[in-house]
Amino acid sequence: MKHPDHLRYTRTHEWVRAEQDGTLTVGITHHAQDALGEMVYVELPEVGRKLAAEEPCAVIESVKAASDVYAPAAGEVMAVNDAVVKSPGDLNQDPYAAWLYRMKPEAGFDAGKLLEAAAYEKGVA
Amino acid sequence: MQRTPLHPVHRAAGARLVDFAGWEMPLHYGSQTEEHHAVRRDAGMFDTSHMLAIDLEGAGTRAFLRRALANDVARLNSPGKALYSCVLREDGGVLDDLIVYFLREDLFRVVVNAATAEKDLAWLAGLPACPARRPRRDLAMIAVQGPDARAKTWQALPGLKEASELLGVFFGAQAGEIFVARTGYTGEDGFELLVPAAQAVETWQRLAGAGVRPCGLGARDTLRLEAGMNLYGQDMDESVTPLESGLGWTVALEGDRDFVGKAALRARPPARKLVGLVMTGRGGVLRGHQKVRTALGDGEITSGGYSPTLERSIALARVPIGAAPGTSAQVEIRDKWHAVRIVKPPFVRHGKPLHPDL
Repeated sequence: MKHPDHLRYTRTHEWVRAEQDGTLTVGITHHAQDALGEMVYVELPEVGRKLAAEEPCAVIESVKAASDVYAPAAGEVMAVNDAVVKSPGDLNQDPYAAWLYRMKPEAGFDAGKLLEAAAYEKGVA
Repeated sequence: MQRTPLHPVHRAAGARLVDFAGWEMPLHYGSQTEEHHAVRRDAGMFDTSHMLAIDLEGAGTRAFLRRALANDVARLNSPGKALYSCVLREDGGVLDDLIVYFLREDLFRVVVNAATAEKDLAWLAGLPACPARRPRRDLAMIAVQGPDARAKTWQALPGLKEASELLGVFFGAQAGEIFVARTGYTGEDGFELLVPAAQAVETWQRLAGAGVRPCGLGARDTLRLEAGMNLYGQDMDESVTPLESGLGWTVALEGDRDFVGKAALRARPPARKLVGLVMTGRGGVLRGHQKVRTALGDGEITSGGYSPTLERSIALARVPIGAAPGTSAQVEIRDKWHAVRIVKPPFVRHGKPLHPDL
């Protein structure tokens, strides 16, 4: 399962999981980690930071290059995954366990508007 | 894109292939970091067949090379001895860097970079009294590197042992159809093998069978960066002199010998030099073209990356000539300035960090 069906995706290669409490958990896709190669550095936003939709809010760096991670929606950062900062290689091992940050989207955001797995895969094929 | 004789082996091994100077070459075979560690701790091998060996033949070859190269082949007294040198323009700019082997008084072999091979051939041909040149595209090249590289090479290719067992560092010898040189681009011991193209696959597979790990260009780059070795096109090119590129030790300026670029180097004392940088905190990875701020003025990173051995980011940077090792500087990453320490390269030699206090 390179891009699991129960998640949603962006064209900028984030996966998004809509949680029961209304927050969104965000990470990078299998395709993104594969294209970038082994990760060596992760920088995450401050908890409480207000994000605009599609704003660059985190940075991942691989042996090859640096890459921005974008916000899938406008909202506020609720939590970040410090474990992945300490161990960036987790993004290669299991990009869906190694989430980056959790955010509370502004009212009215509809996660259903994000890409489904099949549509995302079509875009990266 | 051009392909080396080992291309089918790389493809079968699942290598990630990339365009390097017009050649389709392996970037890695799964994990660039593990390949890097294999060379530091055991033995790894690289397909370097995209590089070009050129044999220069004729009685006047030594005299020609004394004029064509910035280093002095008069230093090559025993057959097999190798020398690292730059090829310069008249204005002192670096056309290429190469290794030259003295094989016989009428036969020298130079090994040049892939991207510059055609330019080098044309340049040499344009100099007065250029001897006959024989590009050896009939040879594949495999670099076997690491503390166990020599032992594993002999295990895989017992026929090479006699000719290479007593080979000194920076010497090469012919062993049957294979030319074995105790040279490399990783800061580790090992061999570079020049093999008839038709035998390349079998040689590679024998080495793999002896436990030599295939490694790609990704690991090759981090290994050479840790070893403080320049990459042509990044750390130096035609716009800079070897004296501005940490290569003063390869330029034989003393004495009466004239060589292409000598007058320019004499007339133009360097204002900049190449140093090492080690990132002391966090904030990202040092990369080529990032700006450097020192107490004496600004500079720029020429090569940077994450060092798997040191587990921190390192770089080579061109800075004002007075910037001293041991002092701090700053590097701009994503609009923020981060502290680095200036050091004298290399960063790692024979598996050991050389600046452990950082």
